[in-house]
Amino acid sequence: MKEILQGLVEVIRLIAGGDPALRTIAQLSLSVSGTALLISTAIGIPLGTIVGLSRFTGRRLVVALLYTGMGFPPVVVGLFVYLMLSHSGPLGRLAWSFIPALFTPAAMVVAQTIISFPLVAGFTMAAVMGVSPHLRQQVQSLGATPLQSKLAVLAEARVGVIVSIVAGFGSIISEVGAVMMVGGNIEQRTRVLTTAIILETRKGNFDLALALGVVLLAFAFITNIAVLWLQGGAFRE
Amino acid sequence: MSNPIYELHKVTKAYNGHPVVQVEHLNIKRGEIMAIVGPSGAGKSTLLRLLNFLEPATAGRIRFLGAEFGPGRVAPLALRRRVTTVFQRPELLNRSVWANVTYGLRLRGQRNSTQLVNATLTQVGLADKSRRHDRTLSGGEAQRVALARAMVLRPDVLLLDEPTANLDPYNVGLIEANVQALNREHGVTLVLVTHNIFQAQRLAQRVALMLDGQIIEMADADTFFQSPSDPRTAAFVRGEMVY
Repeated sequence: MKEILQGLVEVIRLIAGGDPALRTIAQLSLSVSGTALLISTAIGIPLGTIVGLSRFTGRRLVVALLYTGMGFPPVVVGLFVYLMLSHSGPLGRLAWSFIPALFTPAAMVVAQTIISFPLVAGFTMAAVMGVSPHLRQQVQSLGATPLQSKLAVLAEARVGVIVSIVAGFGSIISEVGAVMMVGGNIEQRTRVLTTAIILETRKGNFDLALALGVVLLAFAFITNIAVLWLQGGAFRE
Repeated sequence: MSNPIYELHKVTKAYNGHPVVQVEHLNIKRGEIMAIVGPSGAGKSTLLRLLNFLEPATAGRIRFLGAEFGPGRVAPLALRRRVTTVFQRPELLNRSVWANVTYGLRLRGQRNSTQLVNATLTQVGLADKSRRHDRTLSGGEAQRVALARAMVLRPDVLLLDEPTANLDPYNVGLIEANVQALNREHGVTLVLVTHNIFQAQRLAQRVALMLDGQIIEMADADTFFQSPSDPRTAAFVRGEMVY
């Protein structure tokens, strides 16, 4: 109990004092997870919509892969990305400028994108499949092109699509295995909130670890509120 | 009036090899109101989907406004947009009445249609409900929105698939009056699918009976109801089971 109270006091002190180390860690957490979420959304929503609404050979396999991806253990993703990007790995040895190096924020973005995009795609797929097929036929009857009818279905499924984004964000802002493995928890460079919490806990700085935990929770809460606000009145309907 | 807008020749629609529609020949005249009656599962709704080019025929030819379409040829968007359907369920978008009614216009890039939309909403008795959300509407109001959404498009052909099933007499009357006015004032060809032979009698100039995917008999409304040539038509008109 004492540690918790001390932690809360520490949170106020660190935040009110504008602690530069905390600011750096928090900024990196947000930029890495935010970038990964943007990429996941850009890939996952169109992919989920196409898989949900189209019929093509191999669709079942794609669905099975997506469902498998939704349960990817972050540490395994981290290991996979580590092996791919290491100097002796198939991508790392190419040394192309656009392939990120290990122990950089860009490598962490790659790992977190792999974790979150199946969630965004999978939940989007489920959401669009839940929209009545008759509605799609109705919009086609009103003169919609195939793309316009998919967009109409996507708009009808917007609550589910928002849930997919929230789930994708939740899966990466709180994960530690992948960012630890490909980022290395390097101070000022790749240390994010989750890896910093582990480090401070191991050092016995429970109050600081708790403070970082509160900041992490606050991020998740504020982000979700912002997403709900952005999507407008869907939840009031 | 005699110029056919649709000509169907040996049109078949099958699912998994099982034929649902097998129409040997069917002409629909420009500007007419034609009713297709028949029991559930007769293939009436599938035929409407073929007429709206929502599904391709498995075999045969559909000639629409001079262009011919078979199994391998998809109707171009411009032609597809000259026909629309009001289904039994209104299938409104999860938006306001106004957004629903203007949806088809926006698809066509027509954004300055406020006058037309207001006039149409007045016609269907929804002028004061344009800002209402679709989920707050009664079944009859929702179906009137669906009709208004189709009316504002001024299509060449309006397909009606059981548009008044489960509605109260007031809403049935309003919808029937509006589709009749659309036909009379704008020359829109109407194809009405219905179980309700009284509605077919009230609205249609020609009536066809469909059974097991086939057109059994097609005649002008008086002949169809007063002196049908096929015993199955006579039985259907009498309200007897015709299977």
